[in-house]
Amino acid sequence: MATPEKQEILSLLKEVCDPEVPVLTILDLGIVRDVKINGDEVEVIITPTYSGCPAMDAISIDIRLKLIEHGYKNVKISFTLSPAWTTDWMSEEGKRKLEAYGIAAPHRSDTLRRDERIACPQCHSNDTKLLSQFGSTACKALYQCNECKEPFDYFKCH
Amino acid sequence: MNQQINFTLSLADTTLILAQRNSEWCAHGPILEQDIAITNISLDLLGQARNFYQHAAHLIGSPATEDSLAYLRTEREFKNLLITELPNGDWAQTILRQFFFSVYQSLLYTQLLQSKDEQLAAIAEKSLKEITYHIKWSSDWVIRLGDGTAESQQRMYKAIEYLWMYTGEFFIPADYETTDLSAMEREWSLKVKDVFEEAGLIMPEKIFMQQGGKTGNHTEHLGFILAEMQSLQRTYPGAQW
Repeated sequence: MATPEKQEILSLLKEVCDPEVPVLTILDLGIVRDVKINGDEVEVIITPTYSGCPAMDAISIDIRLKLIEHGYKNVKISFTLSPAWTTDWMSEEGKRKLEAYGIAAPHRSDTLRRDERIACPQCHSNDTKLLSQFGSTACKALYQCNECKEPFDYFKCH
Repeated sequence: MNQQINFTLSLADTTLILAQRNSEWCAHGPILEQDIAITNISLDLLGQARNFYQHAAHLIGSPATEDSLAYLRTEREFKNLLITELPNGDWAQTILRQFFFSVYQSLLYTQLLQSKDEQLAAIAEKSLKEITYHIKWSSDWVIRLGDGTAESQQRMYKAIEYLWMYTGEFFIPADYETTDLSAMEREWSLKVKDVFEEAGLIMPEKIFMQQGGKTGNHTEHLGFILAEMQSLQRTYPGAQW
């Protein structure tokens, strides 16, 4: 059971968004692994989505600023690599927000090794094709809908 | 301890140098989507390299940092595989190297999951998911070019001829390596053969294999890469972005 102070910090973290996909909070993304309070020090433990994701630096700064703004002076951000982040940790609400934003939400991570039909987030057709496994950011692939012809991003499973 | 540091540095140097090479394609890719793909792979490799350098810096202790290890070591201190420092050549050569390397990297990191060094195991676990995408992408390209036009197939054979003698080094252990590389070699050949068969390409015979990168004996190409990559920190020590 989280203490009231930890609850408050978690609700503040709900206001920190991914700089690349601003509809998702870092809690939706599932990258906040723990919050520890040691005396007056607040430690937020996060895990990177991809090894080279440049958003991690921006996210650490945003967490620090958000907590300082609310009176937490002594903030420490730690990184952990194991267990490795998976898109299965993304919240259901996060997936809904992604779809509404025009990005197809990730399928279950056990589909990583096979090709899946990805539904178009615009017209919901299943008749789509992969244009590139690598998109505008490390976490996305580029698809196109054969029905409505719109290209779209797929937040690829990981 | 020294063995562990050297092994960690070899993993860091190999991923850094290949990241640096692949990044040369930025804004020069054959089409936009593939330009983005190769630079995304480069970014994944750079992230993996940073994790290894941070771990090596931690093992070495102050004043070593990830930056000092990447920017202030000399050619003879770098332990990257020779294949990663070779020039990109054409697209066929670039994607074939990525394919050879990704298959090797996936097998090596799978073994690393069992490492007594927990941080190495954690970095391997994290990287393996990324590598799965790299293998998918690069084997698709090997098949596309191998089974494409007469021109694309001829370019694949040229790339095979150039790169093949650098693939042996994957499996020649350095004195700091304790992983079982001979079992890996068999698995690597099987996977490469599978993709080559689908691509209509013939596997080369066993030939003389180059080595030396793991112990700091490099081709002439590494010096040029380091000169470019390190010039800023060498000229303005401690400069911050």
